[in-house]
Amino acid sequence: MSIRIENVAKRFGAFQALAPLSLDIGEGEMVGLLGPSGSGKTTLLRIIAGLEGADTGRIWFGSRDVSELHVRDRRVGFVFQHYALFKHMTVADNVAFGLEVLPRHERPSSAQIKQRVGDLLDMVQLNHLAQRFPAQLSGGQKQRVALARALATQPEVLLMDEPFGALDAKVRKELRQWLRQLHEELKFTSVFVTHDQDEALELSDQVVVMSHGRIEQVDEPAKLYASPQSRFVFDFLGHVNVFEGQSYRGRLNQGQAWIQLPEQHLDSGELYMRPHEMRVTANPTTIAHLPLKVMAVNPVGAEVRLELVPLGWETSSPWELGLSHHEYQRWSLKRGDQVYVEPSKAHFFSQHTAAPSEISWPCTSTAGVVEV
Amino acid sequence: MAAKQSHRVGDHPLVKWTLIIVTLLLTSILLVVPLVGIFHQAFALGAAHYWASIADSYTLHAILLTLFVAALTVPLNLVFGIMLAWAVTRFQFPGRKLLMTLMDIPFAVSPVVAGLLYLLLYGRNGWIGSWLDEHSIQLMFAWPGIVMVTVFVTCPFVARELIPLMQQHGREEEEAAVILGASGWQVFRRVTFPNIKWALLYGVILTNARAVGEFGAVSVVSGSIRGETNTLPLHVQLLYQDESVAAFASASLLAGIALLTLIIKALVEWRQSRQDKLANAEPLVVADKVGS
Repeated sequence: MSIRIENVAKRFGAFQALAPLSLDIGEGEMVGLLGPSGSGKTTLLRIIAGLEGADTGRIWFGSRDVSELHVRDRRVGFVFQHYALFKHMTVADNVAFGLEVLPRHERPSSAQIKQRVGDLLDMVQLNHLAQRFPAQLSGGQKQRVALARALATQPEVLLMDEPFGALDAKVRKELRQWLRQLHEELKFTSVFVTHDQDEALELSDQVVVMSHGRIEQVDEPAKLYASPQSRFVFDFLGHVNVFEGQSYRGRLNQGQAWIQLPEQHLDSGELYMRPHEMRVTANPTTIAHLPLKVMAVNPVGAEVRLELVPLGWETSSPWELGLSHHEYQRWSLKRGDQVYVEPSKAHFFSQHTAAPSEISWPCTSTAGVVEV
Repeated sequence: MAAKQSHRVGDHPLVKWTLIIVTLLLTSILLVVPLVGIFHQAFALGAAHYWASIADSYTLHAILLTLFVAALTVPLNLVFGIMLAWAVTRFQFPGRKLLMTLMDIPFAVSPVVAGLLYLLLYGRNGWIGSWLDEHSIQLMFAWPGIVMVTVFVTCPFVARELIPLMQQHGREEEEAAVILGASGWQVFRRVTFPNIKWALLYGVILTNARAVGEFGAVSVVSGSIRGETNTLPLHVQLLYQDESVAAFASASLLAGIALLTLIIKALVEWRQSRQDKLANAEPLVVADKVGS
């Protein structure tokens, strides 16, 4: 079932939790609401579920306007951040709850309920724990019980609030893959809230980035990373190196540093560059003069990560750069070494327009081959 | 003198044993001796006399009236306590903090003062009482008055037990139940009630003990009419003025109820701690793996 959110706004006292916002979620899609705490993502999820009423706006499930429908009658599956399992009930009773509270004429027979609970517990691979109490389960197991319970009534919409927030990294990863599989099989429409960008990008068909009660951008994960539409999205997703400067004679200047700009970008402003869109050079090039000092070297992972601070110019936070292990060994960089950096691609936010423009530079032949 | 490092500060054996002995001594002088004394006095003229004192028609009436008052007070305060606790823990409204403070008035104020206030309001010359009198409804110096002041004196017990528990518990489980389609009554019966039932029982026990034993407020509004508005505690006092053995026999009944209350309370606490232990148990390590 598709979900349509039209001009929904919510205010808690003086705090504008949600500015009027609209969003379309396609049938069978898995959508992540991503944002820092206080960005309104959980409020939006609770409004979709009906746990919270919107001040204005309408919510549609398919062609049905559910804005005035009580949470009980919306028939959505909901997984709470801390699972909210019924502590005094066994795992099986927890999962059966949604079926047992159905009105008599809709309720399956107790044998059917038992059968269905068994199937659901098989699906989440917890049948051997059916008679346990929630307190006897690990976090990952509780999470799966919560999912089985939410899916028991076969909802067409599944909503999850920070579904993996309270789990350790390894369990989180396993559960993510498993949830993805489950979604492929059952094809419910799913919306989940997260502040973890990896989670959002890995699970979602579409990611909704939110901040201060507004939607910043809605896009497929790859697009979101490759072409963010605002400074906020840039900052929030992955690391970004920012160069702020004044335009002068075709260059963006700041202190001793400058970057050559193509002709159509002759405004002052900021350049946003991803670490993989830059490379280390031994000397300044014709494109850029960016002297930096190596502050830290982290060799753990697929890449060696360098932390760089500017020399003779300024940034609000240190720059980060990735170097292949092979390259790193060739350069034999240490803490305190001076290097230069050259961008190959950047997003330019001028002072006068909100949307960025993309800039790319041709590869220079001198870079990267000179020994330090 | 080299102090031994094996004791923590304030843990010296001298301190320890002095405190333990003084506490035990005071407990026996203040609590145990009087209790034993009551039963000793009650049986001073033999068991036959004891039973005869209790079988006295006025005494029997006092017992029945006391049980009747408790039987009305406890359910009233049970419902009121749940409503109050629900209101202040589940909703935000202006005056919520004030309500939580007001709730403790019956604990803070002397029961005699409470009795006088009710007399002032509902007595024949009181503000509401005079209107009631015109419609020939008598509350004071009759059992309704006794029930009213007993309800007043005992009303915080249930709410006091429930509020911290419900605050700590939060509302997520209830929200989960509603999302799964449960009606208001189903949420209460299947989710809220099982979580609060032991605290509720504990509150009921305390309410009952206090309702049975209340003297001050009741003595002001009852008029102590033998065979009519005399509750057991009032009866004890009346009897004591003429015959002490009979007074002690009645008093022993109240003491017996108190002892029974303590036993039930201990049982409930034991059950509750067992439940808590289960709820906070270490997760069992069970080999299972997510995914294929």
